[in-house]
This record gives sequence, structure tokens and C-alpha cells, in this order.
Amino acid sequence: MTSLQHVNPTVKGIRESAHSGLQSLAAHVTQEIAQGVQKPFKEVIDISSGDPHKAGMKPISFVRQVLAVCLHPELLGNTTLPWDVRLRAQRLLEVCDGGSVGSYTDSSGIPHVRQSIAEFIMRRDVGVHSHAKDVFISAGSQRGLLVILKLLASGEGDTQTGVLTPRPCPHTLPTLLDDAGVALVPYQLMEDRGWAVDLSELHRALKCDRGGCNPRAIYISNPGTPTGHVQDWKSIEEVIRFAAAERLLLLVDEVYQDSVYGQGKEFISFKRVLFEMGKEYSGTVQMVSLHSLSSACMGECGLRAGYMELVNMDPEVTHFVDTMLCTDISSPVTGQLALDLMVNPPRPGDPSYDTYTQEILLIQATLSQNAQRAHEFLNDLPGMSSQPAKGGIYLYPRLHLPSEIIEKAKKLEVEAGVLYCQMLLKEEGVFLGAGCQNGETTGNHYLRLCILVPAETLEEVLARLASFHLRLMDTCPYPDRGVKGRDIRDTL
Amino acid sequence: MNHGTALLWKRRALSSLSATRRGLPKEKMSENGVSPRAKVLTIDNMNPTVKKVEYAVRGPIVQRALELERELSEGMKKPFVEVIKANIGDAHAMGQQPITFFRQVLALCSYPELLNDSSFPEDAKSRARRILQSCGGNSMGSYSASQGIESVRQDVARYIERRDGGVPCDPDNIFLTTGASDGIVTMLKLLVCGEGETRTGVMISIPQYPLYSAALAELAAVQVNYYLNEEKCWSMDLSELQRSLDEARRHCNPRALCVINPGNPTGQVQSRQCIEDVIRFAAKERLFLMADEVYQDNVYAEGCQFHSFKKVLFDMGPEYSDIVELVSFHSTSKCYMGECGFRGGYMEIINLDEEVRAQLTKLVSVRLCPPVPGQALMDLVVNPPQIGEPSYDKFIKERTATLSVLAEKAKLTEQVLNTVNGISCNPVQGAMYSFPRISIPEKAIKEATDKGQQADMFYCMKLLEETGICLVPGSGFGQRDGTYHFRMTILPSTDKLKILLNKVKEFHQKFTEQYS
Repeated sequence: MTSLQHVNPTVKGIRESAHSGLQSLAAHVTQEIAQGVQKPFKEVIDISSGDPHKAGMKPISFVRQVLAVCLHPELLGNTTLPWDVRLRAQRLLEVCDGGSVGSYTDSSGIPHVRQSIAEFIMRRDVGVHSHAKDVFISAGSQRGLLVILKLLASGEGDTQTGVLTPRPCPHTLPTLLDDAGVALVPYQLMEDRGWAVDLSELHRALKCDRGGCNPRAIYISNPGTPTGHVQDWKSIEEVIRFAAAERLLLLVDEVYQDSVYGQGKEFISFKRVLFEMGKEYSGTVQMVSLHSLSSACMGECGLRAGYMELVNMDPEVTHFVDTMLCTDISSPVTGQLALDLMVNPPRPGDPSYDTYTQEILLIQATLSQNAQRAHEFLNDLPGMSSQPAKGGIYLYPRLHLPSEIIEKAKKLEVEAGVLYCQMLLKEEGVFLGAGCQNGETTGNHYLRLCILVPAETLEEVLARLASFHLRLMDTCPYPDRGVKGRDIRDTL
Repeated sequence: MNHGTALLWKRRALSSLSATRRGLPKEKMSENGVSPRAKVLTIDNMNPTVKKVEYAVRGPIVQRALELERELSEGMKKPFVEVIKANIGDAHAMGQQPITFFRQVLALCSYPELLNDSSFPEDAKSRARRILQSCGGNSMGSYSASQGIESVRQDVARYIERRDGGVPCDPDNIFLTTGASDGIVTMLKLLVCGEGETRTGVMISIPQYPLYSAALAELAAVQVNYYLNEEKCWSMDLSELQRSLDEARRHCNPRALCVINPGNPTGQVQSRQCIEDVIRFAAKERLFLMADEVYQDNVYAEGCQFHSFKKVLFDMGPEYSDIVELVSFHSTSKCYMGECGFRGGYMEIINLDEEVRAQLTKLVSVRLCPPVPGQALMDLVVNPPQIGEPSYDKFIKERTATLSVLAEKAKLTEQVLNTVNGISCNPVQGAMYSFPRISIPEKAIKEATDKGQQADMFYCMKLLEETGICLVPGSGFGQRDGTYHFRMTILPSTDKLKILLNKVKEFHQKFTEQYS
């Protein structure tokens, strides 16, 4: 019989994520409710991950209408659907083999969609050239990232490939790096500066770890996940120069590029900055930038499609990117078509334009209002502090936990933030993420919540969270009230 | 101009000056003393294991076929009017129609406003409502649990129980996957360990479906070939299994045995006796059985029947069913659905150690979740319209038509190819392919070798250039030394298939004469 000793060491080496444990707990609580167990709440609200639809946000009508027609082409004759919907569906069906979304596609994606994406990138980056052949579609952007990591990965022990990774980072990233067999080399983001990237910290992280592994890439997300930080031009340029000087492949996650709401902030793509830095950079710096359907406005996580644009990658290498994608055969077709709709939405004059625009505006307004509301609300709670988010779909507030909780967690052999989330789930039916999943190991504790949710849902979450949090602070005889802003690192 | 624009202009102006001209110090060497302008990821420093990954089904022949199609559409003159692609098992691409009911439900799930539309039958609507209820926020756009939507797994379990005459199936043993490929690669990844002589070996049938060899190459696992018996209609041969295993044990640790039934590319449907023998062999040699059963509804030949490995295992009693480790794979891509583009699939795991299972659960969670439309489709496949429901008649009609056309084409293919001198074709008992043996004259073999090509690749390339027919050479799937084959699908429409078969016949005769 196969036993643990026969399991692939790389698989065994994938760290356990506290998220799965919390997910099981949430499922358990939901089941109890279904079985009639009395609780002070009617249902579990899950805003622990970037899943807007789960929390009640609505899909974009145009997208779903076009997909419905593509799925069931008889609807091409259904006049209750706007003509631009039907026309687009017809066009998309033409680029599917046999006119069906049930066919395989090229492994790197439907050529028409890759071209649409390239054109979108060119429009966005005002004249910087983009080629369809450098765009690779995968079943979710992480799948594409995994392919690149596999191409990079080599060595073991101190020659093992390392990736500079922000702390905090997306909670699904550490396990992905483990799966690819690469080492995570953390660089701390600066909390007191709204989670900015600090160049001297990048240098420190690199120097510290050069002995431990062989760093060959740097990962960065902009807008930052889960921090909500939005980089300005100077910051992006600094990172590019650093990566170029230190020969690091730039892995840039720009999935939330459509959700910048902070005053005076705008999304600037790494590629655009790179191409303004002159030929010595734009002709040589290698970069992979990621985008996907899991973006704020689409929220179509379950359709599983994303893309990566490869910059300055040799054709011999991109040949192998395509080969590796072959083992997935091809990405889900409905997802690929949705990507086309994402980068090529209705235009002024199209029948669907008004509805589309209204829906996008509603999403953006909800997001920025929620960000403001949640930030202020949580900051007002004793024992909690929050950096204002400027983009993305998360808030990442800090918990200043009483020592009683920290002791209790130690005894239960659980991370204190995870214990907090477990208790919150059991007592109030609210499922938030624990900061340790985002790589937070400095001894500080954080929560992660998705704020792209209906406003009423956010109010409900904030009310339940406050109720729980205040109760918790009250039960501790000597609570650490008023110690907001003190960083544990200051006491070291 | 405003301040922002001025700033932008200045920035652009500065960046176009080189560092020295701006009076800044020259770029210093990086921490590791390497010139900062060399590329990080090149073909030379790329992971060497990746270079060994190839995927025959999509290789150079397909690229050339696409080029020819482009040239034709641009008006270039060719000895043929169209390219007929019989290289990939993609039914819809070749004109097979989807099942109406499935697409109606999926359209309703995509845009639930259509639930108010009277042109949809009631049973499609109630199915859509049920699926949407099982999705977070009633949307297919939500992530699902990594193992798959629970109600879908339950429906899959019930399907398996019905199919296997009541043998119990635990929904917790069902993992929904992104196509069967995902499940196969996941299980292989899970099981590969060791170094050198203890490195995991995985037994795969030759000829094989290239996903297996590609995955094994990427994992740096040892590929252990066992030959199917061409003389006995590509059946599995116990003595050959034993030979292959004993030989492999000398240099690696063979731990898994992969079987594709019905077979790809060979089309054989294994007999019940054969499956029993294989299970006994796996039990005796302690091999993890991986049964790829994606073609389970594609059985055409008289006297042939699909027997699931699980059913046979449980019929053999607890002496076997308590201990043999088995994983079986299914998908939405084949059978009568042909819905490759949805990437729907599942695997059922039997007798997996609890700790190993926990590792598997952890591994699948890294992928977040399988595509939800694919999960929804799988739910419909295992739960089709029932007698009395409004969509039942049409569903049965469509399913029967698709399967019977495939059966006719299977027969036709075998018949026509066997009339050709120098081509010998085993009966296409099931699946979607034919893998006939072709004789290639010495002269042609020499010319191929001179060109650095495998002889059957040379043959297929010539076939493509002269007739526009795209097939895959047998060397991409593996074959006994000194033998040559090609794989063709039986998916083109009956008319096109007839054209294809006749052209192949003509070509082969011409080719043989030319090189005799």
C-alpha cells in the first residue's frame, strides 16, 4: 500500500494552509445550521477570499448574456437579447473550432482572444507595442505563473531557485511556490507607509538570502494584494531597476488593475514604465505580467481563465511555455471568451453600453465606499488598526491582540490570528482570512477581508465583527487598549 | 499645459539620456558581479527537465496543417481543396453536435434571467436552479470547494453506483478535476518519489496517449513501457506485463500501472477476464492501478462491453477490493458529449491511505478549483433527463444518433483500411481512433533517416502535403521497433471520412510504388 513515505517530497513540502482549516470549520458551522442547531446568526458570511460573486456581487450582464448565447447558439435568434450581444456571440463562435465552445483550442489560447488582449494592452499602455504571440492564456493566472516558475526552477538546498516575495503576499501564493519547488524569499512591505515597497528592504532581503538559495525572480502585486497599496511611477521604476541590476525575472501580478479608487491614485502598468526607461531596459528586462477574470469588475473566478504577457522572452523559451501548457490541453473555452469580453467591452453607441457602464460604476463605487467605511470603522475599534487601501479588493487590518489570546493560542498550538478567526466564525458566523496565510510571520497579527461585497453585507460583517471583537477585548482583564501603532518589532 | 503633463514630458526626456550623460555614476555591478544586462531566463539556463517534455498530438504535423489551411484560404493552389484534420480527439471541431439539454441548462446557469423565457423546457430550468443553488452567491463565477461542488460529487457517486450495479460509492472519494488530464497529472505528481534505483516507475501501455509520457518526463519519473498485443487486437498481455515489470525493477521502483480502457490510440475494449487478470497482477505486485476510462460510453463492436475496473474489483471480493489501490478517471470530453472545451472531469479514489489522501487534498487546493461550468456539465452528464421528463426523448435521440454514427464510422474505417495492401487495421472496438499498421518500403525509410525524420513522420508529412489529410505518426505514441503506424480519429463527418479513407488508400498505393 502507498504510504506517506511514498509521496512526492515536493507535495509533502507544500505548507499546510490555515485557510483550509478555516474553510472546513465554516462548512461545519453551515452544516450545523442546516441541521437545526441554534446559533445567534442565520448563515455564515464568507469574505475571506477574493470571491465577489460568492458574497453577492452580480456578474456583468453583457458577459453572461454573450456566454449564454455561445453556450446555446439557438439564442442567436432570441430578440429579447440585445443585438450587440448576439453579434458578439456570433463572432466569438466563429473563432471556436466547429463553431462550438465544446472544442479544444490552441494550448496557449484562442488566437483571436490573444490578439484582443494584445490590443487591450496597447490601448492601456498608450502606444507600447504588444504581440499576441507573447500573450499566453491559462486556466487562471496562477496556472500560467506556475509554468514560468517551473521553467525557472532548478537546484536544491542553497542552489534552489528562490523568488523574492512580498510580505504580506496573496494567501494562495506560498503554496504555489512550494508546488513549483522554489524557495520563498520574503521582503517586508512598509506598513507605516501604506504597505509601500522599500528599495533598501529589497536589497537587504536579497543579501540575506543569497547564501540560502539562488534568487532568480521577484514577485510583486500592484495594486497590492492584500494590502491595497498602489505604486506610483517612481516606485515601479525603482523595482524595475533593482530587478535589472540583480538579474531577477519580474513577476508582476496586475489582476486588480481595474480597481484603483484612492484619491490621486491611478494604475500604471510595469510594462509602460519599463518602455519609458530607454532601450537598455526595455530591450532586455524580462517580465511576466498577469491578469485574469478574477479582477474586480468581472469577479468571474469560477470560470478559471487568466493570461500572462511575456516581455523580452526568447522564442525558444516561449516554445516551452506552450509545450507545458499542452499538458492542460487547453483552457476552458467559456473562460477564454469571457477574457475577450473583459478586454473588449461594449462601446458607446452599442445597445449594451449604458447597462454595462452602470454596472461597472456600481462595482467601483461599492468598492471605494466599502474601503472607506471599513477602514474608518475598523480603525475606531480598540485593538485594531488599518492602513487605508487605495486599490484592490481587500482590507488588511492589524489586530493588537491581548496577551491572554496569544497565550491561549500558544496552548492550543494555533496561530493567534487563526484562533481569532476560528472564534469569530463560531460565535458570529463571519469567515475572514488570517494574516499568517499571507506570509505574515513577524509576530504581528492581521485579518484579511474582501471588501468587494454588497454594502449591506459589509455592514452586517462589520456589526458582527465589532460585537465579537469588543466582547473579546472586554473579557480580557488588562486589555492592551490604546497601544495601536506600536510595532512588535520596535520592542526587539 | 498642466503640471502632470509637464512632469511626464520631463520624465520622458530624462529617461532617453543615458546614465553617464545625465551625470550619474555608471551602473554598478550587481551583488553577484554579473553584468546586469544578461537575461535571467534563457533556453540555456531553463529547467532541463522541461526540455524533455514533448506532446506528439500537437507537434510539427499540426503546425504544418494549419499553415496549409492558411495558404488555401489565401488562394494558393494545392493538390487538395481542404485540409481534413483527423489528428485530435475533438468531436465538436469535426462537426459533432452538442446535446441540446446540456447547453440549455448551461445557458440558463450563465444568464439566469432566461429562466423567465418560455422557450426553455421546465426540466432544464429546474436543473439550472439546482446547480445555481449549489454555487456560491448563485453564480458560476464563484470559486467552488477545491475538491468540487459537494452536490455534484454526490451525483457522480450515485451515477457510479448505478453504472456498477449497486457497488457503493462514497462521494468523499470523488474529486472533480479540470478534465481527466488534470486528475491524471495530479495523481502521478503525488506518487513520484525516490532517486536513482528507487525512483518511481510508472507502467504505461505502448502505444500510449502522449499526455502520460509528457507528464512523466516533466516529473522526471521513470516511464516503464509494456506493449499491447497487436496480433490479439491490442489486448493486454500478462506475460508482457510481467516482463516489463521485472525488467524495470532492475533500475527503478515501479509503483503504478496505467491502463486506458477503451484504448487510446488503439481502440480496444478489454474483456472482463483481462481486467480481472490485470487486477490480480496489480494486487500481487503491489501496483497502484490508474484506470483511464474516459471513453466508457464509446463501445461499438459486437460482443464488446465496457467493464469498469471498480466493478470488476469489487466482484472479486474483499481479498482484492479491500487492498488494491485504484483511481479511475472520467471526463466530459468524449463519449457522446464531446465537450472538450469545458474541461470537466472527475476521479474516484479507492483504498487510498488516509495520510496520502490528506496530501492529495492539499495538492488539489493549490489549483483553487476546477472550472465551474465544467463541474455543472459533469453534473448533467451523470444526471441526464429521465423517462417522463420533457427533454428525455430528444436527449435519447441525440445520444443514440451520435453513438451510432460513431459505430458506423468505426466499422467503415476498419473495412476500408483493410482493403489496402500494406495497411492492416485492427477492429475499432471503442474510443475514437484507429491505429493501423502501415508497411513502409526500405527506400522510404532511408530517405526519412537521411532527413533526420522517423519513417512514419516522413509518411504522414507527405500524406499531408499531397492530400491535405492530417494524421499523427505512430512514433508519437510508441510502437514496437521496426513497425510503423499512424493514428487517425473517426470523427470527421461520414462524407469526409469516406474521402479521407479513399485518399489514404490512394496515397499508400502511390507511396509504395514510388519507393519500391
